[in-house]
Amino acid sequence: MNWTAISMFLVFVGFTLLVTRWAALRTRSASDFYTAGGGLTGMQNGLAIAGDMISAASFLGISAMMFMNGYDGLLYALGVLAGWPIILFLIAERLRNLGKYTFADVVSYRLAQAPVRLTSAFGTLAVALMYLVAQMVGAGKLIELLFGISYLYAVMLVGVLMVLYVTFGGMLATTWVQIIKAVMLLSGTTFMAFMVLRHFGFSTEAMFASAVAVHVKGQAIMAPGALLSNPVDAISLGLGMMFGTAGLPHILMRFFTVSDAKEARKSVFYATGFIGYFYLLLIVIGFGAIVMVGTEPSYRDASGAIIGGGNMVAVHLAQAVGGNLFLGFISAVAFATILAVVAGLALSGASAVSHDLYACVVRKGQASEQEEMRVSRLATLGIGLFAVLLGLLFESQNIAFLSGLVLAVAASVNFPVLLLSMFWKGLTTRGAVGGSLAGLVSAIVLVVLGPAVWVNVLHNERALFPYSNPALFSMSLAFLAAWAFSVTDSSERAREERGRYLAQFIRSMTGIGAAGASKH
Amino acid sequence: MTPEHLESISKHPAFVQLIQRKRRLNGSLTLAMLVAYYGFVLLVAFAPGVLGQSLSGGVTSVGMLVGVLMVLLSFALTGIYMHRANRVIDPLNEVVKQECAR
Repeated sequence: MNWTAISMFLVFVGFTLLVTRWAALRTRSASDFYTAGGGLTGMQNGLAIAGDMISAASFLGISAMMFMNGYDGLLYALGVLAGWPIILFLIAERLRNLGKYTFADVVSYRLAQAPVRLTSAFGTLAVALMYLVAQMVGAGKLIELLFGISYLYAVMLVGVLMVLYVTFGGMLATTWVQIIKAVMLLSGTTFMAFMVLRHFGFSTEAMFASAVAVHVKGQAIMAPGALLSNPVDAISLGLGMMFGTAGLPHILMRFFTVSDAKEARKSVFYATGFIGYFYLLLIVIGFGAIVMVGTEPSYRDASGAIIGGGNMVAVHLAQAVGGNLFLGFISAVAFATILAVVAGLALSGASAVSHDLYACVVRKGQASEQEEMRVSRLATLGIGLFAVLLGLLFESQNIAFLSGLVLAVAASVNFPVLLLSMFWKGLTTRGAVGGSLAGLVSAIVLVVLGPAVWVNVLHNERALFPYSNPALFSMSLAFLAAWAFSVTDSSERAREERGRYLAQFIRSMTGIGAAGASKH
Repeated sequence: MTPEHLESISKHPAFVQLIQRKRRLNGSLTLAMLVAYYGFVLLVAFAPGVLGQSLSGGVTSVGMLVGVLMVLLSFALTGIYMHRANRVIDPLNEVVKQECAR
């Protein structure tokens, strides 16, 4: 048992539960629950968005990639970051002007409610659940390792805290937990990077030179390696990371928590700054670890492998630069990171159930706010139970393909239809549904037939689909299907839907008639 | 809003100008980002050797500098956008709102 880490984590949990209590007292209406009343500032929301992106997976995973392969880890980080300016220029403000609680509000703005919301809710739930399972399994293993508690308890603890934050504190608690964690993680990594640079006399050249000297790959770690060597895979991965981010429902939902388009714009500016800053720090941490962790025998087991696996290098580095106290802090931050991200995912899944499926499809807009919130809380509980169950079920499965699949599905199911609904007058209900389904089916089929599942999970000799990143194909197919199903749609409904585009366009560009912040 | 009202907004000179300005700003910045990022990706795919070259005789490679510049570029473009949108687009948007909202 790692008592420093556990006590620091308990302080964090205690504090976030106080925040949840504070938030619960302020969460009265559906708008409070889904969007924190729409009153967050651009800075707060920017930190929360950055918090969603700098998850435990990116902190531990990207530093591990740099530790193993050097430069390739940076390529991965750049792909995620490059999506943010595009999100800002293309969708952030229109999203805020058109939507209220979920991105399905935007897609269904001028289209038929039931079919569009059904498919969007399905896309949201697919992404949220797959993402949750990946996080749960990662969390269970990480917490087992860091805190010395069993996998079962670790997964249940994550599930219980996640449900508590969301059901009682709604978006307000979810956001503040994310902000607190983002500040903790950014300060922790800043300290680590500072200590690493101090170790090398504040010379990055000295740091890179020592890393090259001790790494088995030598000078090769300073140049692109295997990750993007195939042009088709390179572009496909780039598209998937860039537009997958723009299709993640828990990220899209954050744009409704600010008062207007101007604040939405500010959020992305701050978020891009924080995410970029974090990735620059990760370069120092990853390459520093090659020297300070890689050459230190005490971080390796008898066979010479890193104790706890490759993903633990950032944690070992924390011990190397700051001793056991700082190791405890970073462990607690890693746990906090997982909690904050899963809470956002659960909330986005629950809103798809309560707002899109229950209030808009089942009750056709006739449900009261109280009923809608009750369903949302029940849905959170259901999603929590389901996530814990899947987390336990997949404990020893190889689920590395899930994170790639999540981005591919988000980029192919949610993003094309969202973009077309805002930019293309011709999109009809038939096109939106057809496009989403084409994206969903092709993304899943191509991942299953590709190397990640067909070879690594099902142990076949050769993949039927040669590329590990399907986004280029599945996303194109989604766009194509949405276009083809729309232009061939000559029904009366389609004509009316095209006719409603002008009103939508004016609102999306000017904000006239946009939902405002709730006042209390 | 009635169809006539919508029609009048869409023909209003301030609205027309707003749309033009917005399209130019968003379009050019999107293009800049896409060209920079996919140019970088293609460079990685087709000419990784260029990025592996030494920057100034030391160990630090050209690619490392380019990577850091990509991060700074992303941030700079969002900054430029915010600055232009606050200075030029928002005042124009206010005019449209005041003249067309009723």
